[in-house]
Amino acid sequence: MLDKVDVLIIGAGASGGAVAWSLAETKMRIVCLEQGDWMKPTDYPSNGRDWEARQMADFNISPNRRGRALDYPISEDNSPIKIANFNGVGGGTVLYAGHFPRFHPSDFRVRSLDGAGDDWPINYDTLAPFYAENDRMMGVSGLAGDPAYPDKQPMMPPLPLGKSGAVLARGLNKLGWHWWPSDSAIATADYEGRAKCINLGHCTSGCAQGAKASTDITYWPLAIRAGVELRTRCRVREVTVDGNGMASGAIYYDANGVEQFQPAEVVIMACNGVGTPRILLNSVSSRFPNGIANSSGLVGKNLMFHPYAQIYGYFDQPMDGFRGPNDCIWSQQFYETDTARGYIRGYTFEFTRGQGPVMAAVTGLTTGRIPWGQRHHDAYRTLFTHRAGMVAICEDLPEEHNTVTLDPVLKDSNGVPAPKIDYTLSENSRRMLEHSVARGTEILRAAGAHDVGFESPLGHGGWHLMGTARMGTDPARSVVNEWGRSHDVKNLFVVDGSVFVTSAGVNPTCTIQALALYIADSIKQRLATLFD
Amino acid sequence: MENGDSVLTAQEQRSLRCVAGMMIPSSAAHRVPGADDDVIFADILRSLGMDAALVRDALAALDQLAGGVFADADGARRDSAAAALQRAGGLPLAALTRAVAQCYYRDDRVMRSIGMEPRPPFPKGHELEPGDWSLLDPVRARPKFYRPAP
Repeated sequence: MLDKVDVLIIGAGASGGAVAWSLAETKMRIVCLEQGDWMKPTDYPSNGRDWEARQMADFNISPNRRGRALDYPISEDNSPIKIANFNGVGGGTVLYAGHFPRFHPSDFRVRSLDGAGDDWPINYDTLAPFYAENDRMMGVSGLAGDPAYPDKQPMMPPLPLGKSGAVLARGLNKLGWHWWPSDSAIATADYEGRAKCINLGHCTSGCAQGAKASTDITYWPLAIRAGVELRTRCRVREVTVDGNGMASGAIYYDANGVEQFQPAEVVIMACNGVGTPRILLNSVSSRFPNGIANSSGLVGKNLMFHPYAQIYGYFDQPMDGFRGPNDCIWSQQFYETDTARGYIRGYTFEFTRGQGPVMAAVTGLTTGRIPWGQRHHDAYRTLFTHRAGMVAICEDLPEEHNTVTLDPVLKDSNGVPAPKIDYTLSENSRRMLEHSVARGTEILRAAGAHDVGFESPLGHGGWHLMGTARMGTDPARSVVNEWGRSHDVKNLFVVDGSVFVTSAGVNPTCTIQALALYIADSIKQRLATLFD
Repeated sequence: MENGDSVLTAQEQRSLRCVAGMMIPSSAAHRVPGADDDVIFADILRSLGMDAALVRDALAALDQLAGGVFADADGARRDSAAAALQRAGGLPLAALTRAVAQCYYRDDRVMRSIGMEPRPPFPKGHELEPGDWSLLDPVRARPKFYRPAP
């Protein structure tokens, strides 16, 4: 048996890195177990001529497609939206685009304002200082003054508008609709040892330049320097409990596949909205026959994605194409509830610059815009670098029938049951998606697009995994309390997207990290009475 | 990664080369080779990777639609079979498309023809226009419109 540690963190992604760094100042002995490995920037696809091919293979966002040895499979046939994730130090931040929008004040009060979902037990003001701290740690570029938000101050200037951003902005201005340069966790100036963005155009396969803030290059180096031990290639099977019903540590498989037990005083789950319920549900004991921390029966329930619509258009003039980050500008014209639209809550449009040469061909060929045969070349040249568009990130409301459970058959390479996803799109989400496609089409037409297409919902768009161990003050209606501690197990915490009560209509990473910092701060404030 | 040289039979390789050339033929006007060019096709075979099984499915479907080995069918039968495969769609066609396009559009000659330098994105990167930020003036003039929350 290994020596007992003070804090065991499971998962080294967006939230694991943040909570480890924050707790490091306590000088407690902290160990983090990560099933993936360290990433080498020299291995990222943009170093090679096959950069787009690798995005469709070993750097694909789908773990089922990627099939790396360090991934776990996901049973997702019963979901129209497929899971996207990454397993490694940095987790999903290795492959995310770096969009860094905060929640809005209204996002914490959905029940009070719109009569759906639930209110959070905390509010925007609770998280505001942790948003700011996280922005500083990750290094956020953007522009102050966005009228869609309370005041905030990005660290660096915004990403360039580029040709695509300027054309789309003119379209939005014609309609009189809101837009603003996207807050992005991408350095536009040299920042804390990171070189500035050089527009590789390939953020979602790992940033070879190191300009994009993944936690392997932001939080983790600092946490390790402060004394945190990070063990990679260590896959946790279950959290164990002692005779008093307290978490006693975790059983995991080390890099050699050998079963180990890591005892700990405190266990913190940071494995995302699918990985965390998977481990909690697999942590069965006589005391917790339905999984640890699950007296409410809500572990794995209320799974929320953000249903995405992708709307794109082709223009006569050249756009940015393969150049530049995915991040560009966004619009929150349709973010807040207007019941006249036929649904409640809202969405963010995030505008995209274009495609690389291979993706331009693949999408052109598969949508019939580029034919086989001699006409291929002319058709390709009218489309390549002439495309721009957007995605609509729609708020998903919590519904208990959307679940993560354990698949009875499928297992990972260590024999741990795979997560099974059961998810259906709500009528509210369908209406919101339809609205976004119609409004997105208007924007593209106003901007001058001559050919508009869409995909809705975006089948591979399950990037954001939330709600499966929700936060609340009522132990019957939530899994963790208002500062992330399990209602049932007083030394077990959850700091990832699982604790979300509602999903908002924005990318969740900066809120996940702000919550992790807030929960870490709550732990530090209560060290003497942590288990009361 | 599986290598196409070893996972495809000689007959399948002939059919794959044939259909690749039908999908993207050479063009004298654009001064580019077809996807059945020696260098490009060798890259396709080398790079089938995790799509190899689905590409084999696509080739089997083409054989069936052509009423025999696709590569050996006459031009009309090949055209008819290829059109039917495109109409049917599905994962095998998607894999076939990926397999061909991902190698064709990284060939030096092709990249130059479409105005790209034949190089990876890193370390040189790309230039982006900073843009005209006065476009933001009407939005800056808007009052705050986020919803107050209790």
